[in-house]
Amino acid sequence: MLEDVFRNEWGRVLAALVGLLGDIELAEEAAQDAFATAAERWPRDGSPDNPTAWLIATARNRAIDRIRRERNLAAKTEQLRWAMVNTSEETMDETTTFPDERLELIFTCCHPALALDARVALTLRTLGGLSTEEIARGFLVPFETMSKRLTRAKHKIRDAGIPFAVPPDHLLPERLEAVLAVVYLIFNEGWSSGRVDLATEAIRLGRALTELMPDESETLALLALMLLNDSRRAARFRDGELVLLDDQDRSLWNEQQIGEARVLLQRALALQGGGPYVVQAAIADLHLEEPRDWHEIALLYGVLGRLTGSPVVELNRAIAIAETDGPEAALDVLDQLALDDYRYVHSTRADLLRRLGRNADARLAYARALELTQTDPERRFLEGRLSELRPSSPTDWDDFWTYTLNELKESLERDSRGNE
Amino acid sequence: MKYALLIYKAGSSRDLLSSEAMKQAGDALEAKIRALPNVSGVVRLRGIEAATTVRVDEGRTLLTDGPFVDSKEFLGGLFLLDVANLDEATAIAARLQEHDPSGLAIEVRPVVE
Repeated sequence: MLEDVFRNEWGRVLAALVGLLGDIELAEEAAQDAFATAAERWPRDGSPDNPTAWLIATARNRAIDRIRRERNLAAKTEQLRWAMVNTSEETMDETTTFPDERLELIFTCCHPALALDARVALTLRTLGGLSTEEIARGFLVPFETMSKRLTRAKHKIRDAGIPFAVPPDHLLPERLEAVLAVVYLIFNEGWSSGRVDLATEAIRLGRALTELMPDESETLALLALMLLNDSRRAARFRDGELVLLDDQDRSLWNEQQIGEARVLLQRALALQGGGPYVVQAAIADLHLEEPRDWHEIALLYGVLGRLTGSPVVELNRAIAIAETDGPEAALDVLDQLALDDYRYVHSTRADLLRRLGRNADARLAYARALELTQTDPERRFLEGRLSELRPSSPTDWDDFWTYTLNELKESLERDSRGNE
Repeated sequence: MKYALLIYKAGSSRDLLSSEAMKQAGDALEAKIRALPNVSGVVRLRGIEAATTVRVDEGRTLLTDGPFVDSKEFLGGLFLLDVANLDEATAIAARLQEHDPSGLAIEVRPVVE
């Protein structure tokens, strides 16, 4: 119970403290202090009327005390100067009003001067309130590695003078894109690995962002997109095996989440949004209809392809074209693609060939896809296809989702190379 | 905050441009830098062919012809800039490279104060 309150308050409290103290590390220590005090006192004395303000005030006062005690240490003088400039000498309490500075914090944590993996980890730590241990587990890296990554990122923010601010208008679009990309990456990491926690975390972050930026169509659409895909979580695996969208048990879909996503998407469209997340959310939504409107889907993949220039999107347009114009037409589109290392190109090609009755060619393509596969459920799935060449749905929206992850990751890593 | 902006040039694009064009690009860049507010210590360096590297090994001084780091890119100059934060520093670094044909990259390094 108390833990839930803490998880919900962490981002707010930490953001306010970074604003007051001017240093993420110091703010984090102070917040931890305050939460520990709360864990001790609240069950005994009852929760304060305004828990957020209580936590911020307590943490801030502790931090000032601590800096004073350590006043002679050279390393702390700078922090003290900051803390004193930004907060008056008086003690603050829970009646003090603190602005919500989570937006400033997320823009700091997703700053392009930080390495991509650092942005992801830092966002989960600061806004998401995950512990270093949890983040390390989520990304399957040793605790020490994650801890170092976080520390290095916090030091870079401090030493390089990365601002704690919402970017000015001329920088806002590209910075917002960077923030959304981080959240999307977190979701996809959870999605493709089946590690549920990260997907849930990403949705929480997405909700916070829509709260903070209610009029940004891309922010609304990203949350809609995540909710639509996550709504099928329970239906995506059966006995550890991947289940394609068409074969999924629809009664396992989370209708409430789908409803929420559709409202968000409508809001994004009402804001005249036409960015890549709006288009992707619209496509995800179309995939949930039965029967699917392949003409509309092919059209939207065309729009998305023009927005992103991505060959992976083009691959998916080919899949939709197979439905409207037949496998032959789709193979023509596939042949134009330079994506030989993507296993989905080969599994798609295999499927199209199978539908044309070219089984020998299909087997070769499945074998190539298998060579490139990285996860066990996918491998078993493709092996099943290879052994049976069984007829089934030609495409899966889920696949697209995974391709997009790889693509996004690669492009972002390219962009941030040199940060390491 | 104070930042040092280190201006790197790519050797390959240097070969592509005539030395006269290189000099003109350098002059134009220097003029742009000197016109900026909050700038100090503008230094323009001669080419790496004029560089000598000094090491001391067990009391013996060793001189090597050439730069310490031998790479395709070389440090062409530097200046100090006093601005509020990294975003302001990187914006200036980007602006300086507009219309510059010589293939620059500018490294932004905070100065220890």
